[in-house]
Amino acid sequence: MVRLNELPVEELFTSGHRLCAGCGAGTIMRMTLKATRGPTVVVNATGCVEVASTIYPYTSWKVSWVHVAFENAAAVASGIESAYKALRRKGLWDKHVDVIAIAGDGGTFDIGIQALSGALERGHDFLYICYDNEAYMNTGIQRSGATPHGAATTTSPAGRKVPGKPEFKKDLIGICAAHGIEYAATASPAYWNDYITKVRKGLEVEGPAVIHVFSPCPLGMRFDSSKSMEVARLAVQTRYWPVYEVEKGKYKLNIKVPQPKPLIDFLKMQGRFSHLFQPEFQHEIEALQRWVDENWSRIASLCGETA
Amino acid sequence: MAKVIGLTGNEAIAYAVKQCDVDVIAAYPITPQTIMVELLSEYVYNGEINAEFICVESEHSAMSACVGASLTGARVFTATASQGLALMHEMLYIASGLRCPIVMGVANRALSAPLNIHGDHSDMMGSRDCGWMQVYAENAQEAYDWIIQSFKIAEDLRVLLPISVNIDGFILSHSMERVEVLEDEDVSRFLPPRKPVITIDPAKPITVGALCLPDYYFEMKRQQVHALNESYNVIREVNKDFESFTGRRYDLLETYGMSDAEAAIISLGSTAGTAKAVARDLRSEGKKVGVIKPWVYRPFPEEDLIKAVGDAETLAVLDRACSFGAPFNALCSDVVAALYRYGKSSVKVFNCVYGLGGRDITPTDIRAIFNEALEAAKTGIVKEQLKFIGVRE
Repeated sequence: MVRLNELPVEELFTSGHRLCAGCGAGTIMRMTLKATRGPTVVVNATGCVEVASTIYPYTSWKVSWVHVAFENAAAVASGIESAYKALRRKGLWDKHVDVIAIAGDGGTFDIGIQALSGALERGHDFLYICYDNEAYMNTGIQRSGATPHGAATTTSPAGRKVPGKPEFKKDLIGICAAHGIEYAATASPAYWNDYITKVRKGLEVEGPAVIHVFSPCPLGMRFDSSKSMEVARLAVQTRYWPVYEVEKGKYKLNIKVPQPKPLIDFLKMQGRFSHLFQPEFQHEIEALQRWVDENWSRIASLCGETA
Repeated sequence: MAKVIGLTGNEAIAYAVKQCDVDVIAAYPITPQTIMVELLSEYVYNGEINAEFICVESEHSAMSACVGASLTGARVFTATASQGLALMHEMLYIASGLRCPIVMGVANRALSAPLNIHGDHSDMMGSRDCGWMQVYAENAQEAYDWIIQSFKIAEDLRVLLPISVNIDGFILSHSMERVEVLEDEDVSRFLPPRKPVITIDPAKPITVGALCLPDYYFEMKRQQVHALNESYNVIREVNKDFESFTGRRYDLLETYGMSDAEAAIISLGSTAGTAKAVARDLRSEGKKVGVIKPWVYRPFPEEDLIKAVGDAETLAVLDRACSFGAPFNALCSDVVAALYRYGKSSVKVFNCVYGLGGRDITPTDIRAIFNEALEAAKTGIVKEQLKFIGVRE
């Protein structure tokens, strides 16, 4: 764990970007770059962070930053990492360069999962960070494979017949860890030292590492922009977002939640779940609660904890 | 003393890449290009080339990795065909838009559906507007020679654009031919290591691939047009330089019998070889026919083409791909546009679609096309403006 006074004062992700007020991703980017340890290249998939931080001729990035497309951050990172390897071997480059790929849940869970899987399997030395705001927020709140059950999005609307997304969220870390990578972890920006420690850990691993971080989105999840960190904290405290890591195949629960707050507290704060509070959709809240309970006990047991 | 070895088109390209001191190769195998990728991985795994070989999980990732590596300052190669090129389509525009001097070998193959693994130009013609320089080789020797020249052309700071070297699937990719290869040292002298002007060096941070809104995007595209125009002269310079090394002469296009031709065939790739052989026979019978073979298809060598057409009255333009719904197919559309721009729209033109999905085009077919073109030159009447050669109607 890092201490506040150990963090660098320098801001490598600067102010002036056009992310929404209260956007969790902006905070996450700032914290990510606080954890860097030297020469760093960021590869950013198309998404909120990309469009809001680099509108030409401006940039918020004081590290080298590359955007290529939506679905291929991991593949681009593969190319950059390999190039530095080759150039170093030929004596044309002398420093180690950390490569960080950053993508949203759309660019990771859905359209980018193939490129991510390929890069993890090939074992490139890079850190992949998925900031998960649980829908395609950049294009106006469409459902993704990361959207939770019951949430209303513009492509899984709160219909009279189908009340929000019928499906449940994919297990991203399970998928990544199944590649046999050395480090995979979840995080929440409300627990800044846990997140920053994990970013540094991910960079220090030789080979691929993945961090899946909850990214509160006032616009798409529909809550007041002053409440971002509160939502991010409640996600953890209700056991909705277990914070754990998988190091060399070993699971460890980083934030224990012995007395979880009711899931309803988390749901009530967000407009995307408001339709579920109509009496006829009560069973959907119960379904989501069951998923949270089962997910928690599955992870807790992987971590060797008694739920 | 030049070394002569037997190589297929695929092998010739891989051999050339081996000599070009590449840093990163990212590629995905696909028929009929597979052997290129197999050989390159073999070279890397045997330590014959000092490069990173990224065996990616798709062509989309192949080109994505190439873009990343190229932005890092590396010399980069990839290869593909057909569906693979189609899957890369999005990335092709990004590679040229981000000004990455990537070299790509393409073993041209038909596009699905229906599935077909044989040679035609549908794949590259479908990507003809992607901002890449595009070269078509007639045989394995040309493929070898163009690959070596391509790195130099693409990396020239006046150009900084990607380039594809195309060979007809199976016809060239799998046919063993006599190839004169250079010594490694000669290639190193001809092609010094890449000197990128600006890279994603973390010591001097830059932002690449930013969002460009209507206030800047257009200028970026205009610069690409400018760079592609600059490439005409850079290609000519590199061709001259290469000639002094090898004695082999290249240009934007090759002509045969055009000094007095009344009728000519314009064709890309291996078919131009057949056309030259038939033209030779016809000329020995006293018929004034010629052949124009664009080596470089993008940028389109219109000025050279007009010069080559000279006083010819009829042109039969051969397209090995369909531009569905278009007035003419790709190559023919470009030829007609060039004639119009240079005030030569009185030249009679007809368009022959041939060889789709690897269907053979025979000397008899080509002879018939020449005769029809001569007939049109004589009568002033084009019987059919768009013909499909060798198809069951």
